[in-house]
Amino acid sequence: MAVMEYIDAIRLAMKEEMERDESVFVLGEDVGVKGGVFTTTKGLMDQFGEMRVLDTPLAESAIAGVAIGAAMYGLKPIAEMQYSDFMFPATNQIISEAAKIRYRSNNDWSCPVVIRAPIGGGIFGGLYHSQCPESVFFGTPGLKIVAPYSAYDAKGLLKAAIRDPDPVLFFENKKCYKLITGDVPDDDYVVPIGKANVLREGSDITVIGYSLPLHFTMQAAEELEKEEGITTHVLDLRTIQPLDREAIIEAARATGKVLIVHEDNKTGGVGGEVSAIIAENCLYDLDAPIMRLCGPDVPAMPISPPMEKFFMLNKDKVKESMRQLALY
Amino acid sequence: MSENQKLTDVKMPQLAESLVSATIAKWLKKPGDSIEQYEPICEVITDKVNAEIPSTLDGVMGEILAQEGQTINVGEVICRIAVGSLPETNNEQPDAAPATQAQPNNSEDSSMRFRYSPAVQTLAAEHQIDLTRVQGSGMGGRITRKDVLAYIEKGGAPGASAAAAPGQRVDAPKESVQRSSASPFKGLQYQTPTEPSPPLGTAIPNVRHSGLHLTESPKIPTIEVEGMEGGRSEYYIDVTPMRNAIARNMRQSVTEIPHAWTMIEVDVTNIVLLRNQLKDEFKRKEGVNLTYLAFLLKAVVNAIKDYPIMNSFWAVDKIVVKRDINLSLAVGTEDSVLTPVIHHADQKNIAGLAREIEELARKTREGKLKLDDMQGGTFTVNNTGSFGSILSYPIINYPQAAILTFESIVKKPVVINDMIAVRSMANLCLSLDHRILDGVICGRFLQRVKDNLEGYTLDTKLY
Repeated sequence: MAVMEYIDAIRLAMKEEMERDESVFVLGEDVGVKGGVFTTTKGLMDQFGEMRVLDTPLAESAIAGVAIGAAMYGLKPIAEMQYSDFMFPATNQIISEAAKIRYRSNNDWSCPVVIRAPIGGGIFGGLYHSQCPESVFFGTPGLKIVAPYSAYDAKGLLKAAIRDPDPVLFFENKKCYKLITGDVPDDDYVVPIGKANVLREGSDITVIGYSLPLHFTMQAAEELEKEEGITTHVLDLRTIQPLDREAIIEAARATGKVLIVHEDNKTGGVGGEVSAIIAENCLYDLDAPIMRLCGPDVPAMPISPPMEKFFMLNKDKVKESMRQLALY
Repeated sequence: MSENQKLTDVKMPQLAESLVSATIAKWLKKPGDSIEQYEPICEVITDKVNAEIPSTLDGVMGEILAQEGQTINVGEVICRIAVGSLPETNNEQPDAAPATQAQPNNSEDSSMRFRYSPAVQTLAAEHQIDLTRVQGSGMGGRITRKDVLAYIEKGGAPGASAAAAPGQRVDAPKESVQRSSASPFKGLQYQTPTEPSPPLGTAIPNVRHSGLHLTESPKIPTIEVEGMEGGRSEYYIDVTPMRNAIARNMRQSVTEIPHAWTMIEVDVTNIVLLRNQLKDEFKRKEGVNLTYLAFLLKAVVNAIKDYPIMNSFWAVDKIVVKRDINLSLAVGTEDSVLTPVIHHADQKNIAGLAREIEELARKTREGKLKLDDMQGGTFTVNNTGSFGSILSYPIINYPQAAILTFESIVKKPVVINDMIAVRSMANLCLSLDHRILDGVICGRFLQRVKDNLEGYTLDTKLY
C-alpha cells in the first residue's frame, strides 16, 4: 500500500482503468500534451497515445457532447472539465442528454460517461475558479454524483464511476489535490457508488458532509473530544446522488443532533435534502434542530484574501458550530 | 409547592432606543394566571409604539405592581412572576454536588428546562421516566437526549425514582461534559431573555441616549504598575475617572455625530495692533491679561447671534436651539482637557470675556472647577494656537452642534490689491454636526466670524 496525494490517486485510477479496458479514454482541455492544468492526466498521453488522450478545443459543450456520443457508441469516456466553473456551457448536454438517454430510449441505449470536474475554493481562484456547482446538477434523476474526501475514496470512486453503466459526475476537490494524502492500495478495488462512510463514531453530535469540509470536521472532532469530551459521529456521504438514505438516517439516530456541512452555498444545497430526509424519517429521534454550516449565499468566491477566508469554511468555524450543537 | 416558588421581578424593558418610560395600557394576565415564556403579559403605550411585553420566563403571575394607566420608567418593576417549583433533587444538591456541576445553568437560566425534544420525549415514554426528575445539562437547562440516557443507565427507570438522582451526579463522563459546557456557553449567540438594562446617564436625560458608551467608573488609580514578567518593554497606566470620562465623551461624540469639517483663514493684523496698544494698560487696570481669545470669543458670540442654529443640539425627532449662548472653552492641562463654560457670553463685552477666560483657566489649573462651571455649554471654542497648532480637526463637545478652533497667528505674505503685504494670519477650523448643519450655513457663519474679527480697528472699545 502506498501513501499518495489525492491527485495521484485520481491519476492512478484512470491509468489502471485505461490499462484494464481499451474502451476507456480521456478527453478535455490540455489533458494530453500538458498533462492537465493540475497534472491530473500527466503521463497518460505518453502511455496510451494521442488516440486515447484527446486535447480538445475550449468548448465544454463539445467535450461533453463528444463524450456522450462516444459513450452511446460503446466507449467509456472520461471527460475533464478544467474547472467545474467552466462546466455550465455543458449543462444542457449533461442534464438534457446524458441523464435522460436510458429513460428516453426505453433502456435500448445507455451513456456510461464520466465527467470529472474540480470543485471548491480556497486556492485564491476568485470568481471563475472556485465554484461548487453540485446543486446545479443535484436533483437531476439519471445522474450520479460523487465527491470523494480522501485519496482512497478518490481512486475507488473514480474506478466505480468509470465502470458504472450510467453517467457519473466526479467532483474532485482541487484544494485537496496536494493537501490531502493517504494510504491508497495498489490493488484493483472500487468504492461502491451510493454508499456513505462513517469516518468517526461518537455519541454527542453527528456531522454529515462531503469533500473538503470533512477534513475540518475531523480535525475539530478530534480537538473537541480531547479538550471538551464532546464525541462526534462523522458521516461522509461520498455519493451525493443518489443519497445513502439508510446511512443518513442511522447517523442521525446515533445522536439526535445533526450538523450538515458543505462548501456549496446553503440555499438549495445538498444539505437541504439531507435535512429533509432526516426530518421525514427521524422526527422522534431528534434532540436538536438540524443545523447546516455552508458557504454563504453570495454570488461568488471573492478574490480578496480576507474575503476568501470569510467565505470559506475552516476548522474553527466548523468547530464552533459543532460545539454549539453539542451544548444545545 | 408554594414554598418552593420564587418570585421573579419583571421590569419595564427598553422597547426602543430613545425610550425612557412607557404607560401600561392593559394587563393581559391576572394574578394566578399561568404564563409561558414569550407570552404577552401586558400592553404598553409609548410615544413611539404600542407594544406587548412578553414574559421572560415560565411561571405564574404573582403580583401586579404597575396599574393600568400608570407611566413606568424603563427598568422599574412592573410585576412579579412566580417561577414553578424546582425538582425535588435540587433540595439535596448543595451538600452532594461537586463544584463543577451544571447547577449554575439552572439558577442562571432555566428557560429551556421544560422544552423537551422529540428524542427526549420518545425515551421518556419508552422508559416511563418522569422528566422533572432528570437534570438538564443543555442550553438553558434543557434536558438532552444524553441526559435521559445517562439517567436510564443509572437506574432511573421506573421504581428507582429519587434515589437515582444523587448517583447520577457522580457519573464521570457526564460530569466531563458538564464541566466543558461551562465556558463555551459564553460564546453562544442564544438570546437569553435578560432584564432590561437601566437607562444610561447622558448629558441630556429625557431627550435621548444611546447604549454606545461605557457607564462603569473605573477604579481610582493609585500607581503606575510595572509589568511583572514582561520585562521593561512596557508599563501600564491605570485609567483615571477623568481619562475615562474624556474617552467616553469622545467616543460618544464620534460614534453618534456625523462630523464634517471646514476651515477659514482670517487676517488678524488689526487685532494684533489693537491688543499691543491696550494690553499693558488693561493689565494694570483690570489685573488680568488681555488675550486674543477674548476678541475671538466676542466675534464668535456675535456671529452666533446672527446664525442661532449654530447654538443647538440634535434631539432625534427635533433640533433644540438654545437662546442663551454659553461658550464652552477647551482648557488643557498636562494630562487632560476640560471644557468649563462661560455662561451668558452674549451679555459680556471683551473685557468681561477676558476676565472670564482668565478665571476659568486659573480654576482649571488649580482643580477648583465646580459642577456649575462645567454645565450648560452650547458651543465650544478651543484655542489650539496656544500650543502652536496651525490646523486641527476637533471633535465636537457632545451634544453640541459645532466646535471652533483658533489656530496660531502667523505672519504671512498676503496679496492685497495686487500688492504683497506682511499680515498676521490665523486659521479658524470648524467641526460641525452634519445632521443639523450644512456647508452653506457654516460657511456663512465662519464668514461672519471672519468679518467680525477683521472688523476690529484701533478704535474698537473693550467695554
